[in-house]
Amino acid sequence: MIELDGLTKRFGNKVAVDHLSFRVRPGMVTGFLGPNGAGKSTTMRMMLDLDNPTSGSVRIDGRHYHELQEPLKHIGALLDAKSMHGGRSAYNNLLCLAQSNRIPASRVSHVLDTVGLSAVAKKKSKGFSLGMGQRLGIAAALLGDPEILMFDEPVNGLDPEGIHWIRNLMKALAAEGRTIFVSSHLMSEMALTADHLIVIGQGRLLADTSMADFIHENSRSFVRVRSPEQERLRDLLHAAGIEAVASGEGALEIDGVAPERIGELAAEHRIVLHELSSQRASLEDAFMQMTAGSVEYHAHSERDGAQPPPVGPHWGDQWDGRTDPGSGSGDVTKGA
Amino acid sequence: MTTPAAPPPPPYPDRSPGRDGEQAPSAPVRTPGLGDAVASEWTKIRSVRSTVWTLGVMVLLLLGVGLLTAVAIRAADADLQDEPVLSLGFFGVLLGSICVITLGVLTIASEYGTGLIRTTLAVCPSRSRVLIAKSIVFFLLSFTVTTVTAGVVGVLQTAILDGGTPTAGEWLGATVGVGLYVALLGLLALALGAVVRHSAGAITIMIGVVLLPLVLAMFMFTDTLDSVRQVLFEYSIPSQLASLYDTPITLSGPSGWDSVLILTCVTAVAMGAALASQDRRDV
Repeated sequence: MIELDGLTKRFGNKVAVDHLSFRVRPGMVTGFLGPNGAGKSTTMRMMLDLDNPTSGSVRIDGRHYHELQEPLKHIGALLDAKSMHGGRSAYNNLLCLAQSNRIPASRVSHVLDTVGLSAVAKKKSKGFSLGMGQRLGIAAALLGDPEILMFDEPVNGLDPEGIHWIRNLMKALAAEGRTIFVSSHLMSEMALTADHLIVIGQGRLLADTSMADFIHENSRSFVRVRSPEQERLRDLLHAAGIEAVASGEGALEIDGVAPERIGELAAEHRIVLHELSSQRASLEDAFMQMTAGSVEYHAHSERDGAQPPPVGPHWGDQWDGRTDPGSGSGDVTKGA
Repeated sequence: MTTPAAPPPPPYPDRSPGRDGEQAPSAPVRTPGLGDAVASEWTKIRSVRSTVWTLGVMVLLLLGVGLLTAVAIRAADADLQDEPVLSLGFFGVLLGSICVITLGVLTIASEYGTGLIRTTLAVCPSRSRVLIAKSIVFFLLSFTVTTVTAGVVGVLQTAILDGGTPTAGEWLGATVGVGLYVALLGLLALALGAVVRHSAGAITIMIGVVLLPLVLAMFMFTDTLDSVRQVLFEYSIPSQLASLYDTPITLSGPSGWDSVLILTCVTAVAMGAALASQDRRDV
């Protein structure tokens, strides 16, 4: 269990982390999501007592990090895959970490085996590929067999096989009852791994929710209809008790009704349809809207409520085919 | 996570999910301390190439320069006059000290360069313990290597030249004294590296500290600066080092073990500053 309480970090007058309070619970993978520069790494460094918070505190199993006698046995962290000395062998890189926490040397070979690096244990880590470097970093995190594991962007630059491996490893560790805290800037990745989601933007907490809830709230599906007789169609739908909302691009958006029903209604009244499609807002869109909002709020607070660039709908009209991004941005204004 | 197949009771018992104990029952009672940090730092220093390079070059310089001087003097049949035989080791040690300085800086600053320092401090949150462990390991290593090599060079030099037997005091100064002085200089470099956190920067500053006072003094021609010049000469590092061989550059100034004492004080202050800055700064 990791508890953050009003954690704040200022660099000069720039606020990197702004009163963050949340808990990371055991037995599940908690995704820590935010765009680049949102303060994820700074938060993680403060969790490990590497950066001093301006105010607020972090507790690991109820204790401050510096009170942990053998931190590796409580919390293992992968901060940066390249934070090893390249001239040292994989084995020695881990051995020096193990020794300072009184972990037997046999454990070093064991974790190297776990991450599949036994064959290159005596090789200098300088020559390691990105994926091997990540594996070595993960081996270091696993050294003390800790209850809590923290990974900062573990899938960055990995090939699909490596991503798959890390994903399964995290899930397996969580299934053993451990606390897994993993940061990422990719919503799609988190959707596959995380059980719980913490989203920050500009150092502020934007969401602290279970993955299931996040999907439920944000993956809204709706039906999109375009017709040359839009007004007539709308009245017709209204008469049938279906509420349609104009999306601003000559299309109507309808929630909670199957496209079949709309099509049948239109056919019944001989209305020409140019489009009838089932739409689904992606989680990536939902995440981007959530964080983009926080960015906009800070950067142009004097123009609060400013509409997205007016080029958007214009483009949509020109490009008759797909208007998915347009419908997405229409969604924001409605939701906000 | 299975248990390693080790004969002693496995320290990593299989856990039941959701277990919430403060400590595993089999966890060792003794908390890790300086000894464990020293073991860790020893692994670090012995497992990188830069240790072999810097200390190897230093040994070569001490041996090479020391022996060449002795051989050259013997070949020329020059008269040593009052110069003690052991003082021929001086130039080698002065050059070699640059190597020790480099290693001292690298011991800490390379961790900042690679980012390893984050791992190190996450693993051992006591920053002073890390710095002290590094200092102990580095000091003992460089002291031993310098003292032993200086001793070997001294023995060879006295064997090559028959300029009288050095006294026990001279031997002590030229081996242990020089070893202490060079290792302290390296320790000063380590402390500086911890503050500056940049290898090239710290090494450059240290070379300046070693050479600049003497060079400056050489070019102070005006009479008004005479007293400054005198102090620079007397307390410059080459001059202090020479005093350990009983051949000071100036007749006044610190003699022999005073030099070691002075450098100990300077290094202690620098180390204090490094410790204080470590605790306050972000990594």
